[in-house]
Amino acid sequence: MLKIDNLHARIAGKDILKGLSLEVKPGEVHAIMGPNGAGKSTLGNVLSGRDGYEVTDGTVLFEGRNLLELAPEERAAAGVFLAFQYPVEIPGVNNTYFLRSAFNAQRKARGEGPLDSMQFLKRVREKLKVMQLSPDLLNRAVNEGFSGGEKKRNEIFQMALLEPKLAILDETDSGLDIDALKQVAEGVNALRSPERAFIVVTHYQRLLDYIVPDYVHVLAGGRIVESGDRSLALKLEKSGYTWLTEHGEPAGAAA
Amino acid sequence: MNAAVRAPFVAALAGAAVPVSGIAWLDQARRENRDAFVAAGLPDTRVEAWKYTALRALGQRNFALGDAQAASRVVDAATFAIPHVGGPALVFVNGAFRADLSALDTLPGGVSLQPLSQALADGHESLRFSLSRHYREAGDAFARLNAAFAADGAVLRVAPGAKVAAPLRLVFIGASAEGDLAWHVRNLIELGEGAELSLVEQHLGAGQQAHLGTQLGDFTLHAGATLHHVVLQQAGIASSLVRRSHYRLDAQAQAHLHVLELGGALARHDLRAELVGDGAGLHTCGAFLPDGRQHIDTQLAIHHQARNTTSISTWRGVASGRGRGVFRGAIVVAPGADGTDALLGNKNLLLSTQAEIDTKPQLEIYADEVKAAHGATVGQLDEHALFYLRSRGIPAAQARALLTTAFARAPFESLPDTALRTHIEQLLLAQLPG
Repeated sequence: MLKIDNLHARIAGKDILKGLSLEVKPGEVHAIMGPNGAGKSTLGNVLSGRDGYEVTDGTVLFEGRNLLELAPEERAAAGVFLAFQYPVEIPGVNNTYFLRSAFNAQRKARGEGPLDSMQFLKRVREKLKVMQLSPDLLNRAVNEGFSGGEKKRNEIFQMALLEPKLAILDETDSGLDIDALKQVAEGVNALRSPERAFIVVTHYQRLLDYIVPDYVHVLAGGRIVESGDRSLALKLEKSGYTWLTEHGEPAGAAA
Repeated sequence: MNAAVRAPFVAALAGAAVPVSGIAWLDQARRENRDAFVAAGLPDTRVEAWKYTALRALGQRNFALGDAQAASRVVDAATFAIPHVGGPALVFVNGAFRADLSALDTLPGGVSLQPLSQALADGHESLRFSLSRHYREAGDAFARLNAAFAADGAVLRVAPGAKVAAPLRLVFIGASAEGDLAWHVRNLIELGEGAELSLVEQHLGAGQQAHLGTQLGDFTLHAGATLHHVVLQQAGIASSLVRRSHYRLDAQAQAHLHVLELGGALARHDLRAELVGDGAGLHTCGAFLPDGRQHIDTQLAIHHQARNTTSISTWRGVASGRGRGVFRGAIVVAPGADGTDALLGNKNLLLSTQAEIDTKPQLEIYADEVKAAHGATVGQLDEHALFYLRSRGIPAAQARALLTTAFARAPFESLPDTALRTHIEQLLLAQLPG
């Protein structure tokens, strides 16, 4: 599904990713862990097409297509979803209107007709229930005045609604208390399927108690320096990231 | 004379015939205002109130004085219809009252709505105070011009205690003529004690005419009166429109203004308010959206002159193309106006590199126990918000339009009339790029 090969990326003249390779198959959950500044967020941003990042080498194929050539909205329509570490507040843009615009824009890009508002609302209500979000949120502006937990749950709710093929969760666990963390994890687990893949980017092992990954990768100095199964996460939990310096690249090499 | 722009436009009016009313004091006031206008001319940009709005080009032009064919200009009533807003309307074309386009047969009780020409014929003494005024400030050129040459306008009175919930409409249309012309309207609106009025003022322009329209309006709110005033300025894209509105609020009177400035090559609005009674409150909300080569200038001057008065002003500017927006918001809290609460904000969005917005909030406080705050910003669309929308599949152009509309719409969220709010949203959607 996703094949990243030797990816190099920089922002503001500073090299962040320095030869990252990763392959994700449908149905798999990959956790990417690493110290602050390892390039974790950069990976999500580059994959989703945020401005300001320059890819200097390497390739990213998504279902055989060159992902890096696509505009952010084209990537979304192709089935890539990024759950933001810091969801953006957008005053004046009604949440329902935003969701419907996004949903129907993706359908249009895939050559499908729009859902009418009745069908759409029915779908929205079903998904809201799963995330235990209040329907009041629909009438508010996008993320405006949402608590930290509501913002993160809203990201997962959007994911549930848009049903991407590949979801990238960028430190979705940061700032969440244990109850909110469990809710987010339940939302994600409800969406796991043989067709859908996840990349779960996190600093802490805690989230992986609830979203159990198939693979764990350690990102340091802009490269994946270690891959393994879930036990790797537990090892990291115990010994911290300091042991990574043994791998040649100092952990703080990238911002 | 130093500040005057020497202009054919001004010279042409020396000794020009003012409208003759047959009322001695009025005809004299008109002549005096004409002479004062000609003597002082148009202000140049050294006059503070016109610092960012140059009148040089306007001064070089010639305008016919009024439209002899105003009564027969063809105007499609659909152009000024607002969905789900009916009710009485007073319609003017090129400054002249048009009974055929107006709707006055459904006036609610306690309301008198007449063209000025007719109100004068019915009894002019009550209009004397307003119509014999002289304008002496350096920037007052258009008020003098209007006071000299406006032959018509709207006179609207609401009796004490009368409550008019459904909006009345005043419609001003610039229609194509054989050449460019200057027209002037003078409005007098008075709300008796405890009266309530909802008023919609529309400015529209047909065709490519480059007329100059001026409007001078006095709004008098007696104690406890409430005015909801919506202005939809969609003047013709080549025209110039200079408006000045005076609001005078007695004790506990409340005025709520929502102003949408979309039209005109040059559109200027002076909004002056005097809160002269204790507990008076003024809300002004508005948006100006210069595009192309439009120049839209809004000047707010709010004078708190009594205790416990409130003013809240929320304005937004969106400039695209080579559009230029100007905003000045001045709040003056006079000695003795203790307990004043004044808040003024102006946020602006530049959608192109050649667009420009000049904004200047001003605060002068001479009283005690005053709460006052003001702020102004000029910026671009939030790139984070734009990326967020796009990352969910919304195409870039649509995402920009969504954010821009949301920004411009904010001042109108406080508008209680759903039909008008919806109409304004539609106008914004039609105007904004994307």
